[in-house]
Amino acid sequence: MEDNKKLIEIKDLKVSFFTPAGEVKAVDGISYELGYNEVMGVVGESGSGKSVEAYSIIGLLQNPGKVTGGSITFEGEDLLAYTPEQMRQFRGNKVSMIFQNPMTCLNPVYTIGNQLMEALTVHDDKITKEEARARAIEMLEKVGINNAEKRINQYPHEFSGGMRQRAMIAMALICRPKLLIADEPTTALDVSIQAQILELMKELQKKENTSIIFITHNLGVVAEICDKVSVMYAGRIVEQAGVEELFYNPQHPYTKGLLASQPRLDEEEPERLIPIEGTPIDLLNPPTGCNFGPRCKNCMKICLTKKPPYADLGDGHISACWLHFKDLKGKKEE
Amino acid sequence: MLWYILKRLLASVGTLLVVLAITFFLMNAVPGSPFITEKSTPEQIAAANAKYGLDKPLIVQFKNYLVSYCHGDFGVSLKMQEGTPVTDILFHQGKFQLSIKLGLIALLVAVIIGIPLGCIAAYNRGTWLDGFLRVVTTIGVAIPGFVLATLLLVTFAVKLQWLPTISGSLDSFNVYVMPIVSLSFYYVCYLSKLTRTSMLDAINQDYIRTARAKGVTTKSIVIKHALRNSLIPVITYIGPVIAGIITGSFVVESTFSVPGLGKYFVQSVLARDYTVIMATTFVLSALVIFMNLVVDIAYKIVDPRITLSSRED
Repeated sequence: MEDNKKLIEIKDLKVSFFTPAGEVKAVDGISYELGYNEVMGVVGESGSGKSVEAYSIIGLLQNPGKVTGGSITFEGEDLLAYTPEQMRQFRGNKVSMIFQNPMTCLNPVYTIGNQLMEALTVHDDKITKEEARARAIEMLEKVGINNAEKRINQYPHEFSGGMRQRAMIAMALICRPKLLIADEPTTALDVSIQAQILELMKELQKKENTSIIFITHNLGVVAEICDKVSVMYAGRIVEQAGVEELFYNPQHPYTKGLLASQPRLDEEEPERLIPIEGTPIDLLNPPTGCNFGPRCKNCMKICLTKKPPYADLGDGHISACWLHFKDLKGKKEE
Repeated sequence: MLWYILKRLLASVGTLLVVLAITFFLMNAVPGSPFITEKSTPEQIAAANAKYGLDKPLIVQFKNYLVSYCHGDFGVSLKMQEGTPVTDILFHQGKFQLSIKLGLIALLVAVIIGIPLGCIAAYNRGTWLDGFLRVVTTIGVAIPGFVLATLLLVTFAVKLQWLPTISGSLDSFNVYVMPIVSLSFYYVCYLSKLTRTSMLDAINQDYIRTARAKGVTTKSIVIKHALRNSLIPVITYIGPVIAGIITGSFVVESTFSVPGLGKYFVQSVLARDYTVIMATTFVLSALVIFMNLVVDIAYKIVDPRITLSSRED
């Protein structure tokens, strides 16, 4: 396996939406890399830019969204330089995506089989109908749909929500993509179905050797499936670390806040959840300093005037907070 | 499915009965009689009334209509072609055939041009092309048929002399151009608007994003994924329109001197030719009812989520 090579590398990616009210910097300079066979969670609240960042990888940004800077390199190729036709061939083939709401993501007027087979035939014009059908049935069985031979001729409305998400996963993986982007794939499902789908994704990820970018606002899901985690706030990655490191040794105040606001099962005395006070910033008028500054309990003077750089905390753990530079500054002054 | 169709056909008998009753009593509520002319004496009128049974009470006359309709007999014309069976006038004089021919061609033109235009407008929403199409289609929907027909006639037949003014012979292609353009223009524009609206709705659905994420081509997204989902309102509209358009348009047939059914129908009303009025109304309503049934079956074909059996339960 090419385990140590990079599959995708994003450098200083900037995405803006040009609205009548002004430019909204939805993604403001994020960088990360993802290796083969690696699962990365992207966590953040609504509007933090986590979905926008994923859409720009797969080239599905809708007007008025535009990539305004940075680079996306996939297996050494610059994705932002692709022509629309190259991008179309890339989508679904090398990178595919599953979405939040399986109830509306399948076309209601075509059979499940038709939609699965289409994913194959758009990328391979040599494949015969029988081959495509056989492969579709094989994929449906792989995602745990019983009686796939019969099910393949059914329409989406004859499937339950969990089944539809399974079908979506089958469709996304049918071309054996190197990268799967999962945009909140479990959010719209019942809790018990969520667990099943997560289990399935974990299992398939190992079997098919697919890397996954897993977008969610649910930290529990992240702990379940991811190798590393990026925490996003207001268009920037504020902290990035291996999954255990992040849960046991969170460094950024926002990450700490997120963790404190989650219910825990291992506590003896049930305690009140601690919310992060305040509201997310207005991206039309971002503050000059740290984006999280106005909500941060540890906010200092410098936080309101300058954006914090990343502090390298070792072992791939980075965090963008002035607190990490406090000691440094103190030492210098002494 | 068969059971459903059978039920609908049975129900349509009731609908037709109501339509006939309304037509009959309204028709008789209008003053005048087929036999009144400048020269006719009261005796002559009374004699004619007696001959065709118009002296009987209305309810008896209506019963007579129903009985003969059950036997497939539409009676004879009272005025327009006195004594000729209405069945002959409707089906054997080429009037209906001509109107059907013109109507179907016009509708085909409307579908072939209108629906793609709607798709193009929806896909290029907000661009100059969309704006241009919107202006044209709005004008097309707003212009009354007689204005367009007259404009065409003046421009192409009188000024430019490219096309004949009178469609007397109906054997060359040229003759059909203007009647078909004026018949179909409204429908082209309306269908285009309708398709645009429902396409825009479909294009913003999640399954379109899924199709894009799969790498489906733009063409296939529009034609395969979005269009079929946006066809329901279009079908709903087209069904009854077929019935209307193939029975002929008075305005177009009058302007271009086309000897079709639409013109004949209006003339029969003006002439109080009762039997012709009743028969044409009957045929038109039967067609509308039939097309509505076809539309409901077409829904099922286009959208598998729709079930036709709901009424049976």
